[in-house]
Amino acid sequence: MKTKLQQFKESYFLYSFRRDMVAMASFVVLVIFLGIAFAAPWISPMNPYDSANIDIMNSEIPPMWMDGGSKEFPLGTDNQGRDMLSTMFYGLRTSIIIGLGAVAIQAAIGIVLGLMAGYLGGKTDAILMRLADIQFSFPYLMVAIFMSAIFQVVFGAGSFEQLAIPLLTIIIGLSNWPMFARTIRASVMGEKNKEYVEAARVIGLPQRIIMFRHILPNALTSVMVISTIQVANAVMSEAALSFLGLGMPVTKPSLGSLIRAGQEYFFSGSWWITVLPGLWLVLFVLVINLLGDWLRDVLNPKLYKG
Amino acid sequence: MTTNHTPLLRVQDVVKHFDISGGFLDQLRFKGGIHLEKTTVKAVNNVSLFVNKGETLSVVGESGCGKSTLARLILGLYRPNSGKIFYDGQRIDTLTHEQWLPYRRKMQMIFQDPYASLNPRKTVRQTLEEPLRFHNPKMTAQEARDKVDFVMEQVGVDPAWIARHPHEFSGGQRQRISIARGLILDPDFIVADEPVSALDVSIQAQILNLLMDLREKHDLTYLFITHDLSVVHHISSRVAVLYLGTLCELASANDLFNEPRHPYTRALLSAIPKVGEKKAKHIKLKGEVPTPVKLPSGCVFHNRCVYARERCKKEFPRLIELSNSTFVSCHGVEEGWPMD
Amino acid sequence: MSSLLEVRDLEVKFGLRSGDITAIDGVSFELDPGERMGLVGESGAGKSVTGFAIINLISKPGYISRGSIHFEGKEISAYPPDKMRTIRGNRISMIFQDPMMTLNPVYTIGFQMIETLKAHRDISKSQARAIALEKLKLVQMPSPEKRLAQYPHELSGGMRQRIIIAISLLADPAIIIADEPTTALDVTIQAEIMDLLQELCENEKMGLMLITHDLGVVSQVTEKIAVMYAGKIIEYGPTETVVHHPVHPYTIGLIGSIPGSIEPGKDLRQIPGMMPTLTNIPPGCAFNPRCELAADICTRQTPVLEEKQNGIMAACHMK
Ligand SMILES: Nc1ncnc2c1ncn2[C@@H]1O[C@H](COP(=O)(O)OP(=O)(O)OP(=O)(O)O)[C@@H](O)[C@H]1O
Ligand SMILES: Nc1ncnc2c1ncn2[C@@H]1O[C@H](COP(=O)(O)OP(=O)(O)O)[C@@H](O)[C@H]1O
Ligand code: SF4
Ligand code: SF4
Ligand SMILES: [Mg+2]
Ligand SMILES: [Mg+2]
Repeated sequence: MKTKLQQFKESYFLYSFRRDMVAMASFVVLVIFLGIAFAAPWISPMNPYDSANIDIMNSEIPPMWMDGGSKEFPLGTDNQGRDMLSTMFYGLRTSIIIGLGAVAIQAAIGIVLGLMAGYLGGKTDAILMRLADIQFSFPYLMVAIFMSAIFQVVFGAGSFEQLAIPLLTIIIGLSNWPMFARTIRASVMGEKNKEYVEAARVIGLPQRIIMFRHILPNALTSVMVISTIQVANAVMSEAALSFLGLGMPVTKPSLGSLIRAGQEYFFSGSWWITVLPGLWLVLFVLVINLLGDWLRDVLNPKLYKG
Repeated sequence: MTTNHTPLLRVQDVVKHFDISGGFLDQLRFKGGIHLEKTTVKAVNNVSLFVNKGETLSVVGESGCGKSTLARLILGLYRPNSGKIFYDGQRIDTLTHEQWLPYRRKMQMIFQDPYASLNPRKTVRQTLEEPLRFHNPKMTAQEARDKVDFVMEQVGVDPAWIARHPHEFSGGQRQRISIARGLILDPDFIVADEPVSALDVSIQAQILNLLMDLREKHDLTYLFITHDLSVVHHISSRVAVLYLGTLCELASANDLFNEPRHPYTRALLSAIPKVGEKKAKHIKLKGEVPTPVKLPSGCVFHNRCVYARERCKKEFPRLIELSNSTFVSCHGVEEGWPMD
Repeated sequence: MSSLLEVRDLEVKFGLRSGDITAIDGVSFELDPGERMGLVGESGAGKSVTGFAIINLISKPGYISRGSIHFEGKEISAYPPDKMRTIRGNRISMIFQDPMMTLNPVYTIGFQMIETLKAHRDISKSQARAIALEKLKLVQMPSPEKRLAQYPHELSGGMRQRIIIAISLLADPAIIIADEPTTALDVTIQAEIMDLLQELCENEKMGLMLITHDLGVVSQVTEKIAVMYAGKIIEYGPTETVVHHPVHPYTIGLIGSIPGSIEPGKDLRQIPGMMPTLTNIPPGCAFNPRCELAADICTRQTPVLEEKQNGIMAACHMK
């Protein structure tokens, strides 16, 4: 009997991972990103959320390799005098929390609806998929803008600051579930005619158990690929919303609100306030997409057929 | 069709048509005025047969003739459009999911494709314990474990492999596990849909021997579906021949192989390649197999039958019983047309 | 060397990440003009790879690592791809199990046949059309003119396989390699296709290499048989003799496994176990873990194919 670890060590998954430099490098970078996001409160030089730490006299100091830079602020400071490095760490943390949360919501809704549509078929399928079509035909940004505008009005701009993270998570989560629903539905339709499903029916298992315990685990591989890419998309949506001023407030910046806050200073010479968080975001989204592509290739091996 | 005692399974005039017309736009027709037209596959048409306790009834026919559909109708996976199905005298085709449950223990199924019939994410233990636990909620873990071990040994899979996943087994071993799943509830009746068709000859022989062995040990009754006539001759007591969803002939295996009556049965038997026999002239059929979407009128075989006459195109031949409880559906046999 | 095709000591390997595996291990046979030979064995025995190797169609990690393939007096095993094309589909045609592997679903039958012809020969469209029609008639296709304008999906499986045979005949090949040509078809259609292949070989003096797992089909159509097991030919001889008086224990078991070889209801004579995978072929005779007669020597020494009786060659120490 092989242990799980041994099995994993011999698997095609690990093998192809170790042969793919891009995948390995992306993975390493991604792990570093996640580590930073997780440990931001402990590794950042200062807490940018705490106004006690901020000294407006320090504003717009350039990164340390430029004239006028200071060792104290390796990447310079922004217009409010916050350390850029710390705001980027904290911003990444906020962006990732929102991204993961939003994908969890998308996946939960999408998987349940997609599974039901695919397995039950007929009218259920028709109704759910038309719903998905409608949701899809609204540009999601528009939906998100609309919803966050309503939230801001209802809860007021003041309390919005407190509720911003959960609200953004829900807004982005609700706006993109059809992706998951469609993917799951397609693979469920492929699975449900396989004989093991018929075997479960002949045993007399109830539909609920067949759907969730037999079909779903086999349909989940397809979701893995889109989940990674959806995290990147959610982070981008959040950045876009924040950039438009509908997302995270500047006092609790995400990467998007940092970019927004910095752009006014771009032409006055303080380019780093907006460019550095921008690069940071691009790199993060890029490694996720690269990993997602690799995953898609690995999970679709062209098997030898005699 | 009548019998003097209650058969274990009786299928009476069962019809199953599938609607494959798709959405509104697919159904739209412009010829002869704009109207909607449904497309239906007539998979099973008025089939009647019975299976007595302890026997093996084989259902044979070419691919697409409705064998698997018939199996799924019997097990309640599809509902017939019309007709009745009785198990042990009780009508089962109208039961609800809950009412079916007691029959699920008695009627089980073995599938064709050893690669698709086991859930790839479940270990052998999970696959085999699931039906046990579901039907016997009070069973202890030890009892379940013992039962699984026992059945695994019976089908010739080492119980030490219980924690493995299907992909670690060969096709023949998977088929054994699939058989074990069919047996674990101690059923009386098993529908086997092409259980050996996907296997190599030497593995096929192992599985056939196993199935015959289990039949004796557990007093099983089989409905055995296959397209391979040499397998049929080997394992069955009676045979039903299907063509385009219609029953052509139902007879004991010996009678059928020694003296086939229906013209289609004759053509089918003459086409089996036998090892070591130089090729006998096989009966050539005319034309092509029609699709089950557009069934021919009258006898569905008439466009290919060399004996077809005018009556065959108009009138559907009814199933008649010949002397030795052979049933045939053919005008020629009924009227004694010369057939050589 | 007088045979049309002569394969000697052919070895095919696949380069896998865990190292090279040998799929075909020293296979030799010959085929005369008009001769019909059957290559039988269970799944994975190496039948298809042998067929592909002859026309150098082995897919990527695979390569011919040893041996010679003589065809019409020329050594073709090391032909470069462009030279191979003058042979493949021209002098040697191949028919596959799945007709859709050869037919393109988006073109009509006529277009595909005419294009194939024009690719191999310098002829006009109307000449090509005439040849296509002639070949369709040769395979007894009902209403051939109509077929030229049809698409593959409009035809039944049996008709498609007839089309494939007609296409393979376009260049008047010397040999047809047919890999499980009827496995996907029903018995009544199978019988017709086999009749057709046999007639064609007899009338056109074409060699046929019939690859199949069905001993019944082989025994009715072919004149000689090669039985493969784990990449080797283990028995080779005239069909009649091999079928009625097999020598190798594996062939004996294989024939005994077929229902119909024994009285109905009796246990079939099964071979225990299964064929080894290529990565763990047992030392000595590859069949030894399943063999009733296995002796000490069988695990130590690999038996070679040698003449046994009635013109049968077999690879077994004990016979
Ligand atoms: N591209 C490949 N990579 C690795 N192994 C291969 C490849 N192609 C074939 N093989 C191996 O070579 C062996 C012979 O394969 P082959 O397709 O010739 O079998 P076969 O006798 O035709 O079986 P079947 O009856 O299933 O068609 C098998 O073990 C197969 O797994
Ligand atoms: N779920 C279904 N929907 C539509 N058509 C079906 C369905 N199941 C079977 N059929 C059709 O019914 C006919 C009989 O099929 P089947 O019973 O599977 O044949 P067999 O098992 O004899 O090969 C075929 O034409 C098939 O395409
Ligand atoms: S009824 Fe007529 S067409 Fe049908 S099988 Fe009998 S003779 Fe042939
Ligand atoms: S060589 Fe030995 S093991 Fe191999 S077939 Fe002959 S007797 Fe059996
Ligand atoms: Mg079927
Ligand atoms: Mg093959």
